[in-house]
Amino acid sequence: MSATDTPASLPAPAAPDSARRSPWGEVLHSLSRSGTFLTGLFILLFWVVCALFGQNFVPYDPLASDIINALTPPAADHWFGTDQLGRDVFSRVIVGSRDILTVAPLATILATIAGTALGLVIGYFRGIVDDIVSRVLEAFMAIPVVIIALLAIVALGTSKITVIVVIGLSFAPIIARTVRSAVLAERELDYVAAAKLRHEGALHTMFVEILPNVIPPILVETTVRLGYAIFAVATLSFMGFGIQPPSPDWGLSISSNYGMIGGGFWWTVLFDALAIASLVIGVNLVADGVHGAFND
Amino acid sequence: MTEPSHAANSLELKDLSVAYRVGRRNRAVLRNVNLTIKAGEAYGLVGESGCGKSTVALSVVRYLPRNGSITGGSIALDGKDVMKLDSEALRRARADSVSMVYQDPGKALNPSLRIGRQLTEIFELSGITGQAATDKATAMLNRVRISDPVSVMQRYPHQLSGGMQQRVAIAMALANDPSMLILDEPTTGLDATVEAEVLDLIGQLRRELSASILFISHNLAVVSNMCDRVGVLYAGMLVEEGWTKDVFNDPRHPYTVALLRCLPRGGQRKDQGRLDTIPGFLPGIGANIVGCAFADRCALATERCRTEPPPLYDLGDGRLSRCHYHDNAQALPRTTPADVPAAPPKHAPPVLQVEGLNKTYASHGHPLRAVKDVSVSLRPGETLGLVGESGSGKTTFARLLLGLVAPDDGGSIELEGKKLAPRLASRTEDQVKAVQIVFQNPDSALNRSHSIRHILSRALKRLGGLSGKTLDTRLEELVRSVRLTDRHLAVKPRQLSGGLKQRVAIARAFAGDPRIVVCDEPTSALDVSVQAAILNLLADLQSRQDVSYIFISHDLGVVRYLSDKIAVLYLGRIMEFGPSEAVFSGPHHPYTEALLSAVPKLDRTESSRIRLDGEIPSAANPPTGCVFHTRCPRKIGAICETQEPQLTEAQPGHTIGCHIPYAELARLQAPKITAAEPA
Repeated sequence: MSATDTPASLPAPAAPDSARRSPWGEVLHSLSRSGTFLTGLFILLFWVVCALFGQNFVPYDPLASDIINALTPPAADHWFGTDQLGRDVFSRVIVGSRDILTVAPLATILATIAGTALGLVIGYFRGIVDDIVSRVLEAFMAIPVVIIALLAIVALGTSKITVIVVIGLSFAPIIARTVRSAVLAERELDYVAAAKLRHEGALHTMFVEILPNVIPPILVETTVRLGYAIFAVATLSFMGFGIQPPSPDWGLSISSNYGMIGGGFWWTVLFDALAIASLVIGVNLVADGVHGAFND
Repeated sequence: MTEPSHAANSLELKDLSVAYRVGRRNRAVLRNVNLTIKAGEAYGLVGESGCGKSTVALSVVRYLPRNGSITGGSIALDGKDVMKLDSEALRRARADSVSMVYQDPGKALNPSLRIGRQLTEIFELSGITGQAATDKATAMLNRVRISDPVSVMQRYPHQLSGGMQQRVAIAMALANDPSMLILDEPTTGLDATVEAEVLDLIGQLRRELSASILFISHNLAVVSNMCDRVGVLYAGMLVEEGWTKDVFNDPRHPYTVALLRCLPRGGQRKDQGRLDTIPGFLPGIGANIVGCAFADRCALATERCRTEPPPLYDLGDGRLSRCHYHDNAQALPRTTPADVPAAPPKHAPPVLQVEGLNKTYASHGHPLRAVKDVSVSLRPGETLGLVGESGSGKTTFARLLLGLVAPDDGGSIELEGKKLAPRLASRTEDQVKAVQIVFQNPDSALNRSHSIRHILSRALKRLGGLSGKTLDTRLEELVRSVRLTDRHLAVKPRQLSGGLKQRVAIARAFAGDPRIVVCDEPTSALDVSVQAAILNLLADLQSRQDVSYIFISHDLGVVRYLSDKIAVLYLGRIMEFGPSEAVFSGPHHPYTEALLSAVPKLDRTESSRIRLDGEIPSAANPPTGCVFHTRCPRKIGAICETQEPQLTEAQPGHTIGCHIPYAELARLQAPKITAAEPA
């Protein structure tokens, strides 16, 4: 080790410090040690496995009715009992995760893509564009999702696609607002000025320069939104605007059975409700963990 | 309160070792540091960042971060062992006998409490409440020379300037009449004029108070002015200690020798040789050091230095040096050639001609003239230094040139004889690549998501119009021209040190063969040895490529080293413009005179100091007449308040905007000039 062979006027450049973790490595490391995140992930993965493979391991066909055994309380051969058509509630709860776990994430992805693009544009351009679009978004956010859903269903008819579009578009403004505030901070940094001094186009500056630096808040917001999306999907199904029969969807099952709670047939509703609650809690735990990992 | 028993030594560190736990391993940060500060003494601790200076301060008050621990040795404050104090006794010690002032006063004060509340709180802690506490707080503010303490007490921190905030922080630190005052880079973020003010204040307080001072700074000149004794820290070890005058005039450790040589001194200029640098890098924290820690970077090192750790040799009269060859330390050879071929004087037409440039912002409905009637010209291969306090419009001027901000109608910017459009978007590709910038903070200037290869390739593609093979070849050249290597290309900016990042930023600015590069405080975030290397690089690139620089810096020594011309700005107006030597040697504008006088000198040569009173006025409401008259120490009378002086040519190419005639300025400043320029 000698310093004499380095260029005359300058110190030898140091070897890049590869021992340190990359920022993403840091986040993964912190996630892997977060009890909150791991618990949430466990719950979420459980439901994902049910959605993907539930059909193969449930004891009964969730759609097969068996009128003779209708409304039997939980017992050894029907763990969660049966509903009014004699369908096995346990099988229905397990397989019922499928629709909600398709619709809610797709809606969230749609919201993220639309919201990110919108947020980048209004945050980057500021000025009149920002003023007008932000006011419109605020007005949009003031309308309850259910009203939007009603209007959309009248216009488009009931389908999973409608639910995805309705939830996606009503969540997009919220994500746009988060992205906008992150972009406002980024656009003041000198690398954006440096891009202008290369005559880079606005698209390049927004999507290649700024976007990679605002991924963390987007990721946090997306996981939080997923929890709300699950809740919204269940609500819409419950109200009959969402997923349609004969799907064993949770919200739908609660909707068609809740009249029977008064008759003492609690099991037809309770397990679906618990399923919704556990999934929302699981996703929120994941969101908490992700938030913590990025904001440590 | 009981009278604290004053021991002879305010602070005594014995074999202090501190480690930080990183990645499940304890990494040594301080290694057996022995240090004694006598009662009433001011002790300076210097060294580059990462040497462990702040760790010393934090250990004294046992305020180390969570992963830090004291692994050996002892700390005695006023004779009491800090390590043995229980939490209550430690709290009392912190409240009664030791105080700390941090670098950033804005962060040390609570933004949502009034100054008065924050000050009285300290007295309430010792049982003084109500009016008595308010009175004491007012007295404290008077003590730190705040002229209107009653109104300052009513204000929030953000309503005070940086200098005032630091005074308040000092007042708070002194409130409990500590026996030990720790100042951790107390003037680093401040303007030179404000720094001078704060240092004067600390100097005066020293005479009034009995407190001992531990003064931590990377600025050797500041330490040399403030401290009785100085210790040089390197890789967590004290490598040299002694009386300030002795250490700086007759250093006995090669590290001290090298550190002192990195600074542009005595008006050194780029055509009189490159600055010396320190090759290599500081050992990382926790590095396993065999032999002398500095051996790898020391041109004097022998086999003995690499194998046998040098003890702290006692050289008598309080001098200590951790070097086997301390008698010979000053023989350290220079790492750069002492002289470089001077560029022949050019008579080329100017590359940049700025005429009557104005920029007015609207501030709460009032016009705010950030830049007013600025005219400068610059030849190829020359550097224009922009000098002035913060808020003087330096950065706005640079942004106008770059087109990032559009100027008011009327003025003109000509590049090589062709008019530049005011807005960047309407400039041609050639004009865009001709004017580039190196920003102050490379962390902000380099996109943290992109690799160095991406950053530079993109610049070469857009600015150089290159692609494919030619781009790769040029990339390699570019990287080599700023003395980086291929292996730096794959990494992200965060994996590089500050100096290396700044090289990437310089490479990017040079990607399209620019005619003018704006350097906005490019070295202010760097250590002196790295600063020297960057300044050398800029000087080399300039002599090779005939590029012109607009160089902005608050460090006048650095500006002087690199600049051929100087423009002194105050409130967006040019006060003085001329060849660098003429502006620095004088006679100069009273404002320039004050700026130069504020710079702490390493050799303590200043005789009469000029201090600017008060704040820089708001640009939204500038003073009438000469804008400088409210602070001018050489104000001559009513004419200064009513009539704005014109820039008049004092000598060919040297203009000064002052009512005092040039000959009179020369007479007034004459004794000062001889004092400021020792042979």
